[in-house]
Amino acid sequence: MIKIKAKDVDVFYGKKQALYNIGLDIEENQVTALIGPSGCGKSTFLRCLNRMNDVIDICRVKGEILINDFNINDKSCDVVRLREKIGMVFQKPNPFPKTVYENISYGPTIHGMAQSKQEMDEIVETSLKKAALWEEVKDRLHEPGTGLSGGQQQRLCIARAISVRPEVILMDEPCSALDPIATAQIEELIDELKKEHTIIIVTHSMAQAARVSQNTGFFHLGHLIEHGSTDKIFKNPDNTKTQDYITGRFG
Amino acid sequence: MNLILFTFIVLLGFTSYYFGRRKAYTIQSSKKRLTALPQFYGYYLAIWCAIPAFIIFSLWAIFEPTIVKLLVLSDYSNQGYLDDELNLIYEKTKSLSRGQFTGEITPFIEASAEKYLSLRSIAQSSKAVIVLSIIIASVAYAYKRISSNSRTREPVEKFLNAVLFTASLAAILTTVGIVFSLIFQTIDFFKVIPLFDFVFGTHWYPAKAFVRDSSEALDPTMYSDTFGAVPIFAGTFFIALIAMCVAIPIGLMSGIYLAEYASSKVRQYAKPLIEILAGIPTVVYGFFAALTVGPFLKELGTSMGLEVSAESALAAGGVMGIMIIPFISSLSDDVITSVPQSLRDGSYAMGATKSETIKRVIFPAALPGIVGSILLGVSRAIGETMIVVMASGLAANLTFNPLESTSTITAQIVVILIGDQAFGDPKTQAAFALGMSLFLVTLCLNIVALRVVKKYREKYE
Repeated sequence: MIKIKAKDVDVFYGKKQALYNIGLDIEENQVTALIGPSGCGKSTFLRCLNRMNDVIDICRVKGEILINDFNINDKSCDVVRLREKIGMVFQKPNPFPKTVYENISYGPTIHGMAQSKQEMDEIVETSLKKAALWEEVKDRLHEPGTGLSGGQQQRLCIARAISVRPEVILMDEPCSALDPIATAQIEELIDELKKEHTIIIVTHSMAQAARVSQNTGFFHLGHLIEHGSTDKIFKNPDNTKTQDYITGRFG
Repeated sequence: MNLILFTFIVLLGFTSYYFGRRKAYTIQSSKKRLTALPQFYGYYLAIWCAIPAFIIFSLWAIFEPTIVKLLVLSDYSNQGYLDDELNLIYEKTKSLSRGQFTGEITPFIEASAEKYLSLRSIAQSSKAVIVLSIIIASVAYAYKRISSNSRTREPVEKFLNAVLFTASLAAILTTVGIVFSLIFQTIDFFKVIPLFDFVFGTHWYPAKAFVRDSSEALDPTMYSDTFGAVPIFAGTFFIALIAMCVAIPIGLMSGIYLAEYASSKVRQYAKPLIEILAGIPTVVYGFFAALTVGPFLKELGTSMGLEVSAESALAAGGVMGIMIIPFISSLSDDVITSVPQSLRDGSYAMGATKSETIKRVIFPAALPGIVGSILLGVSRAIGETMIVVMASGLAANLTFNPLESTSTITAQIVVILIGDQAFGDPKTQAAFALGMSLFLVTLCLNIVALRVVKKYREKYE
């Protein structure tokens, strides 16, 4: 089933066009990987999906992005509700300078999701468990989240994102600042999370895209060159550019 | 004479730089590898020119006057003059030699003046000869030493290091000197006035100390109930409090607006405009407070049936607060801007609004820096002088009514030190004691503020 449908999306930074006519369907409860060389616009596209580009003054987005058949670029779209449904994990772990507990309770608090302390405790516990972090931090819930290791911080950020039970999780190179062991943990986690969430991940690692995703989109210079099932893209791409990029003969 | 000599030395310095570099180029062109860039050879020679010149100049400046004086006065030895009289004779001699002497000219003094002049001219020319010959000798020595493998980079770097060290030493020594002069005068003051009376006395009336005739013996009992500093300490903190009540909310809110809400275009114009406020001289704020705000508040108060002094603490404190706004706004703007964008992104991505993000993430993260900027503002408020002198009155009332006039430490120091002062008089020394207390308070505030700011910096860098 299709969760997100992008149609003719153009993005401009000032006068410079960053994305041209992107059309992409994203399947529900699957992992979609966006690959491509640096500066090709894959992160920009990802940020269109929860309207994070609004934060950038000079950025303009054109075209339709339908999530559950509702155009999020429409004026009637409530950004706060949208971002509650679409969580995001960033390239560098960015826990708030607060305790582990407060990091997780942040989202549920601002969206009024817990009526009592007990409910909040439950949300924090389940979020941390789903992010496979509970065992490691259950005794230090009230210590600063910034004191955790890099991999733990990133899982804390994932726990923070899933605390508001989003339908979609956007991940912008979530492992690029992590060592191989932490990376493996996160990849395992992604596999687990796709049961309940739709995941879109931007990555520079071909191997990672091949390991975690079911669908892949290849971006180049602001164009979506090719997209389809990961198997097909990696084994039998239609486009020679895709072929060159995947086999490392690019540029 | 000195100026010509100085110009000459500078020229010599440039020439030796040129020669040093040329020699380096010559070495280089003979296919030998240099240990440093050719400029370093030039600097090396120039330093060998500057250092001896500087040493001789300073030694000369220290010893020449003493030696000339000894030689001139040697004519008067064994004649039973007292030291004071000898000094007087020497002063007369000097002014006569400058042609400024107006009294009776005795042959003795005339002879001395001639001797003085001839000694001075000998000294000058010998100085020129000695300085120039030593410079030439040292430069020649250094020039001979330059070869392809001689070390020039290290001495030049060491010299730079020494120059920079001297500069910072000068700043530190000045501070230490000022603090010590404060301490000694303060100790003298407390020998006459008991510390207890100063710190806990509630009556400040230094004008009473004017009455004393300086020929009379010092009678400490006379000063009881004169130097009780409580009213002015209270006044200082009260006015600072009023100022901060104005400055903190406005400064902080404008800082948050500039950092988070203002578009880059608004920010581009608004920030310099607010900083212009910091460039207005405090005197201007002073007469603004005394001539505009004060009378306005008085009229407003009278129309509401309140008794308002024309020189009220409210007027002075309010205007002082306006003066401090740019410091707090600009500093807190910087602190808020330096909170990493990734934290904002993280919060927005959770669906937080701008105000929620500021309240729950950015403000707590920036709090230590904001507290630091507020403390710096407080220490400015306490140290501010001109506004209070002009707008808040000079009588030290012990009051916490913002509509009455009151006075501050700084204003009282001004009152005490305007006009003639006698050194060693308790009244003058009182100013030092006040200055000392002010210094201690602002020092503590600055230390705390810097610590807080530092702690904040460690967190993100």
